[in-house]
Amino acid sequence: MIKKISLTLTAFCITIICFAQDNSGEFHGDFDLNMQSYQEDELIGAKAADEIILNNAYLNINYTKGNFAAGLRYESYLNALLDFDDDYKGNGIPFRYATYKIDGLEVTAGNYYEQIGSGLIFRSYENKGLGQDNAMDGVRLKYSPLKGVYLKTFIGKNRTYFTYADGIIRGADAEVNINEALNFESKTKIIVGQGFVSRFQADINPKFKLPQNVAAYSSRLNIINGGWNYSGEYAIKLNDPIGSLTAEGNNYANGNALMSSLTYSQRGFGIIAEMHRVDHMEFRSERAKEKQYIINYIPTLTKQHTYTLLALYPCATQPEGEFGTQVDVFYKIKKGSLLGGKYGTKITFNFSNIRGLEKGIKYDIDNNEVVEISNSFKNDYNDFTPKFFSKNGELFFRDINLEVYKKINKKIKATGILAKQSYNKDVLEGKTPGTYGTVESTIAIADISYKIKKGHTIRIELQELLADGGEGSWSMGLVEYTISPHWFFAVQDMYNWGNHDVEKQLHYVNINCGFLSGSNRFAIGYGKKRAGIFCVGGVCKEVPSSNGFSLTISSSF
Amino acid sequence: MKNLFLTITAIAIFSTLSIAQSRTLPSVDVKTLEGGNINITTLENDGNPIVISFWATWCKPCKKELNNIAELYEDWQDETGVKLVAISIDDTRSMAKVAPYVNASDWDYEVYLDPNGDLKRAMGVSTVPHTFLLNSKKEIVWQHKGYIDGDEDELYEQIEKIAKK
Repeated sequence: MIKKISLTLTAFCITIICFAQDNSGEFHGDFDLNMQSYQEDELIGAKAADEIILNNAYLNINYTKGNFAAGLRYESYLNALLDFDDDYKGNGIPFRYATYKIDGLEVTAGNYYEQIGSGLIFRSYENKGLGQDNAMDGVRLKYSPLKGVYLKTFIGKNRTYFTYADGIIRGADAEVNINEALNFESKTKIIVGQGFVSRFQADINPKFKLPQNVAAYSSRLNIINGGWNYSGEYAIKLNDPIGSLTAEGNNYANGNALMSSLTYSQRGFGIIAEMHRVDHMEFRSERAKEKQYIINYIPTLTKQHTYTLLALYPCATQPEGEFGTQVDVFYKIKKGSLLGGKYGTKITFNFSNIRGLEKGIKYDIDNNEVVEISNSFKNDYNDFTPKFFSKNGELFFRDINLEVYKKINKKIKATGILAKQSYNKDVLEGKTPGTYGTVESTIAIADISYKIKKGHTIRIELQELLADGGEGSWSMGLVEYTISPHWFFAVQDMYNWGNHDVEKQLHYVNINCGFLSGSNRFAIGYGKKRAGIFCVGGVCKEVPSSNGFSLTISSSF
Repeated sequence: MKNLFLTITAIAIFSTLSIAQSRTLPSVDVKTLEGGNINITTLENDGNPIVISFWATWCKPCKKELNNIAELYEDWQDETGVKLVAISIDDTRSMAKVAPYVNASDWDYEVYLDPNGDLKRAMGVSTVPHTFLLNSKKEIVWQHKGYIDGDEDELYEQIEKIAKK
């Protein structure tokens, strides 16, 4: 490994030296370190780590000179934090690239991240917090032959931990901004796009003939007129059985997905209506079910909450079948009006409703008839066609929330939120149907900040979640004191007072403090974390409960 | 092992040499709210300071920072000619909410989208908010990670230092 790292670094340096002859290039990068100690706590089920301390660290170095750039990322997992997969182990340089642009052509060799349209058929990206990184390793070309026309094509293998998946991924995308391309001025702007991705993996299955090349394609349309904006994308994935040795294990059905959004906004007001319908649309870089092979992205159609108790039961897209709708309204009540007061009042409303696909029809070959099949969100059959709209499909998730933000005077700002959520724990956490059922919760949040004097602010958060199901009711309180521009201190307590198991009615206390200075940030914390689902950007991971110290250092140069 | 140290040292030396130099914007494309593409190096403000702030609709401190600056923005512009460019790193899950949120919040900023984090990575942004200040030559002269109430005062002091007026 060391030898490999040395070689990579040497090659990198040589490249840089060659390009940096007149010494006018620039080096930049960033560094992140997350260290955590793990102590046993039987009550919350936290395990001690044999190593006592676990550590993840990343260093990115980018070199740029005009239209040339090269870079690498050094990653260190000694050993990986408990909420990361243990396949992240040891040190390495899993990411290195070089790229240049000339006369509208951009060439990238090595690792890159790429996305086609909304990501329905392809998206490679990274999220360090979730341990998610499916970078491509290969070659990518982008070319703009004329204004408003953007072409790209790529080939490569996708990263899984410190290795690469078996499949070879080929992709191409064309996007045309019609107004720009035809050079006409109009209030209405139209952008169309077409993407294509194909995976090759040799068929070595002794029992079944599996497709060696699996294609997925999508078309998209975006129309903008003044405050209006419509955006839609439709994707199809051809048959992609996972390569099981049993007939039931191999689903030869095609997948498809549709997403559509309509937005209107003007000064002080905005509204968005969105829907999506997903049917058997998980696309992977290898014929296997594991999540590290996923190379497409079906955005979750719910609000991404940041307050702890609002995000206690987060939604995740069910790629096998789901029908979702979402509405968001942003409104600012004008200054000086009765409800607006001196500074105006901001109101945000969000509603989302996610259901399984509803009963469909299936052609029964044996009896030569069309039969209606029972409620099921799984597209298990090649000839099973679920209904397009799903009004009565099984409820996966529902969220109605209203947020009001008000600056009361020069010193006090307040936010209040009320929400009602339904969370189908069995489906969203992949448990056997009927184990937990649906958790219905009502949530209230108050967040008040008070400016004591210049630079000194105290902020208090009070949160309450009332529920019968799941772990029952929770309360949470947080006090944060900040001294701009350098310091923050916070104490928070989550209390599971409504747990049906009296022994689990526990407090989870956390203390954090941090120092920020320019491009460096240091934070230390101590406390207990509850086990749960943690989601960012549509990807979720299960985090075990833990108890201990944490140290975070983040820096960029 | 020895090689590893040598190469790391070499990198360190080169890095030090380069850090001593000015820092400019990387040549990366971002999306406009009207669906177009622009290269971030083409940002202009007639030689006046530019603030680049990375944010997301799901990031509380980011919105707090930009809302707090919004109240002062007119005065800042009058006094220093500064322009604020807000780069949203919302991915396609929340990207559609950016324009309505910006409009409803009454922001006068230039807003661009970086849905797959290309600019974010090129500028070494690991968490949001992250704010950069550019001088008249579009060189990055100051940056700040995170936001706590009152940080806008420090930013403004830095803007005043480099403003022409």
